[in-house]
Amino acid sequence: MSEKVVRKRKTKQERSEFIWGWLFLLPTMIGLIILNIIPIFRTIYQSFFKTGAFGKGNIFIGFSNYEKMFHDASVWQALINTFKYAIVEVPLSIIIAIILAVFLNRKMRGRTLYRIIYFLPMVAAPAAVAMVWRWLYNSEFGLINHVLNSIGLKSVNWISNPNITYISIAVVGIWSVIGYNMVLFLAGLQEIPRDFYEAAEIDGASGIKQFFNITLPLISPTMFFVTVTRVICALQVFDTIYMMLDITNPAFPKTQSLVYLFYKYSFREANKGYGSAIVMLLLAVIMLITVIQMICQKKWVHYN
Amino acid sequence: MNKKKAITMGIIHLLLILGAIAMIVPFAWMILTSFKSISESTQMNPFNIFPTKWRLDAFQSVISKMSFLRLYWNTLVLIVGRVICAVLTATLAGYALGRLNFKGKEFAFSLVLFQMMVPSQIFIIPQYLMVSKLEMLNTSFALIFPGLVTAFGTFLLRQAYMGLPKELEEAARLDGCNIGQTFLYVMAPLTKSSRVALSIFTALFAYKDLMWPLVVNTEQRTMPLSAALAKLQGQFVANYPELMAASLLACIPMIIIYILFQKQFIEGVATSGGKL
Repeated sequence: MSEKVVRKRKTKQERSEFIWGWLFLLPTMIGLIILNIIPIFRTIYQSFFKTGAFGKGNIFIGFSNYEKMFHDASVWQALINTFKYAIVEVPLSIIIAIILAVFLNRKMRGRTLYRIIYFLPMVAAPAAVAMVWRWLYNSEFGLINHVLNSIGLKSVNWISNPNITYISIAVVGIWSVIGYNMVLFLAGLQEIPRDFYEAAEIDGASGIKQFFNITLPLISPTMFFVTVTRVICALQVFDTIYMMLDITNPAFPKTQSLVYLFYKYSFREANKGYGSAIVMLLLAVIMLITVIQMICQKKWVHYN
Repeated sequence: MNKKKAITMGIIHLLLILGAIAMIVPFAWMILTSFKSISESTQMNPFNIFPTKWRLDAFQSVISKMSFLRLYWNTLVLIVGRVICAVLTATLAGYALGRLNFKGKEFAFSLVLFQMMVPSQIFIIPQYLMVSKLEMLNTSFALIFPGLVTAFGTFLLRQAYMGLPKELEEAARLDGCNIGQTFLYVMAPLTKSSRVALSIFTALFAYKDLMWPLVVNTEQRTMPLSAALAKLQGQFVANYPELMAASLLACIPMIIIYILFQKQFIEGVATSGGKL
């Protein structure tokens, strides 16, 4: 075979891969560009405009939305609220899930049943979950306060005391997500070779020592992945706050999240320009925190 | 030694059971409250855990108010629509990104990754304006719209194709298959488990989506379950038996499907969630 024929065949193969490749990609690419890429730029663009009701009267106002945002105490408060929520939700949901996964990562009775039960909240509609918890938290007739009263403790205003409401909301978030985290950790644990533990057992290392010296380092890539995704999700908290707190709730200003403010301005008050500026702030915060995590991972994540 | 092990297992079971109770109580309380009357649900003295009489009043009332059949149907259309779109587009695009070499592939893949990293709220206003301009607010199309394509699914399928051995493709080509035939008869069938995982993932997230349905479908007859529950709560703040009955009716279908296919659900989530 001459070099020319080989070359020709190669270019023919290349051409055919090019055509098929783009043919297969076309639906996804058109969709991504229309549904996601252009909208990103439109949101940025929109954040420089003041929008009247019904999208009419788009007036260019430059950086005014951003200026307003930086002087808007409720935006800063919402940012703090969102962080407070994430600081409670993320670590606890991860720690509890790891412990559960370690418990369940063995041959034992009821393993499947436990797994089914812990994962159950994942398949419930958040709107329904939020309503049940709102009912459980009810200060007069709620089950939780009733249990507290019957063992001699005072009632707590779970979702109207401004100082603890974010914790109550975070508990719902933890309850909803530990099953999901647990399943991811179980998958990670199953990759750890059994002989690591057998060797440790021979050396006489206790279960707790094994956990810190074998399990934790080897599961750190999963932990990193779960942490990054959980932080991103927690910073977008909306459903539970929207469903569980009324706007008249005294705890509302100290609990409303950034995404709630975005929803309020964009769709309740039809000020899509200001809503867009808020979502740009959210984007910046998420990007910043994710980059920081990427940098810090070198210190604690072990890839083999 | 054996005794020590037995004690450890006992403690582990005890902790797991306590945790399991904490997971179950909210569901149990939802069920129990939905069979009570309003006065019984708010009665503290005596406090009844179980309804003194199992009434169906709350269920009858919410079914007549909310036309649940319609809500189930809307939710089903939303889920099935998004699952079909996701599976079709991701199966194709994942193959191109995972197995073929061509100009522009890197760029296309970077768009996919970029979409996955950006918080989804950033798309909502422009997507809403598009649906509104098309005069498609309050339709099934509006519900499905953001899920017409999936960056996450494309990524998932790409990973699945990349894990397949190269020999399969070469053998098919030697047999005279072109790329389309290789894809259709050899490669695509082998990524079925990833498609199952993607379907479960897409279905769950479509079912749980709240903000988008609230924004686009504001008329009761076009809402899915999630948005209808949110609206119901606004109307009947204090009627907890009815709110719980509606919540139960909204959750039951998915819970039944989950219990029937729990293995696929959990494995699907483990593989797709872990592959990111």
